[in-house]
Amino acid sequence: MTPSTSQHESSRHDVKLEQALGNLLRAGVLTAAGFVVAGAILLLLRTGGAPVRDYHHFVPPDAQLRSVPGIFFGAVALDPRSLIQFGMLVLIATPVLRVAASLVGFLLEHDLLYVAITAIVLCVLIFSMAGGRGL
Amino acid sequence: MLLFAVSSKSLFQVNVPDESPCSPLNTLTFSAILLAGGLGAGFLGALSGLGGGVVIVPLLTIVFGVDIRYAIGASLVSVIATSSGAAAAYVKEGFSNIRIGMFLEIATTLGALFGAFLAAYIAPSAIAIIFGVVLLSSVYLSFRQKGDFPPPEKPDRIAQHLRLAGSYPAGDGERSYEVGGVTTGFGLMALAGALSGLLGIGSGAVKVLAMDQAMRIPFKVSTTTSNFMIGVTAAASAGIYLHRGYLDPGLAMPVMLGVLGGSMLGARMLMQARVRVLRFVFNLVVLALGIEMIINGAMGKLL
Repeated sequence: MTPSTSQHESSRHDVKLEQALGNLLRAGVLTAAGFVVAGAILLLLRTGGAPVRDYHHFVPPDAQLRSVPGIFFGAVALDPRSLIQFGMLVLIATPVLRVAASLVGFLLEHDLLYVAITAIVLCVLIFSMAGGRGL
Repeated sequence: MLLFAVSSKSLFQVNVPDESPCSPLNTLTFSAILLAGGLGAGFLGALSGLGGGVVIVPLLTIVFGVDIRYAIGASLVSVIATSSGAAAAYVKEGFSNIRIGMFLEIATTLGALFGAFLAAYIAPSAIAIIFGVVLLSSVYLSFRQKGDFPPPEKPDRIAQHLRLAGSYPAGDGERSYEVGGVTTGFGLMALAGALSGLLGIGSGAVKVLAMDQAMRIPFKVSTTTSNFMIGVTAAASAGIYLHRGYLDPGLAMPVMLGVLGGSMLGARMLMQARVRVLRFVFNLVVLALGIEMIINGAMGKLL
């Protein structure tokens, strides 16, 4: 079975979309790394000499470092740990953004089946970012 | 095997820090050591194709005595960084199939949610044992012959309905391929997602297995599509990890930066280096870590 020409065209279209998305991912990772490095420098300048926190036993970090608004306001106030967490949030958001961009791509191609498939994936990701209520 | 396990045990035991609360390490030194460890793990992970994530959790738990929940959190963000950082390079080659990836991500993301959910209810020692078993299997999988399986005998009806067939650039123009075994592949992907969410790893080996062996997708396409899926799968459990406190900034920071730098370096070296010896050595290390994880888990040391 040979693929139809329309399939060829759409796969070529996909490649172009893919390239833009690949660059988006790299930009996201570099932005995330930037925030983490900034937070790391501040953290080590302030507490670099202090003994290491006890990681042998699991004690969840402050609630402020575990919620999206908390991390955001902490980062704005240049709190080192919040800046690092904000970088982690950017990092987690990067693949989510990529899925969102794919959704737009499929919409532009009027490919409703894949709009639906992508929307399911996006919903799962947003559910998780929101904290996975009930999990 | 037993002798090997015992010798590996003494090898790692030397480095285990004292359980006493007044550790002599200060934060700066600790971060520097973790950064170096992350660099090594990312570098070797990229060269071996196993990914850096598989050694981060054993490294943190066995060598540094870190609680496994912090360890899988730090590992998972490293996996996202590696996957997204490599995507731009992979995409330029034009091999990945975005339809296959997106369809299978329904399975991997739901599996990842389930895995992250389980992580809160399974005892850390049991997670350590599962981790060890997964390490041993990924060594086995990486020694399997790599190469294309024969194309599917008859195109899968679901695959046709979902228009999963595609083409990729080969030496003599575009080469098209069909896709089979969608149901099996989908199931394996759900398993890959669950392991990713439970253990904080990329599960790249299971993903490639599902696409190569079950769905008969050409190796070049399955490898690149798998990389693109790893980041999305990991993001599905990372949000939950963050809210649960598995992501500790002081620990995740040096590990993530190290693995990211190491894997970018490794991906660059991959183009020119002869990596067979390195790959073999890294597999041996993973094998030893797997045995160590199982022993520690069975003895309840990681509680």
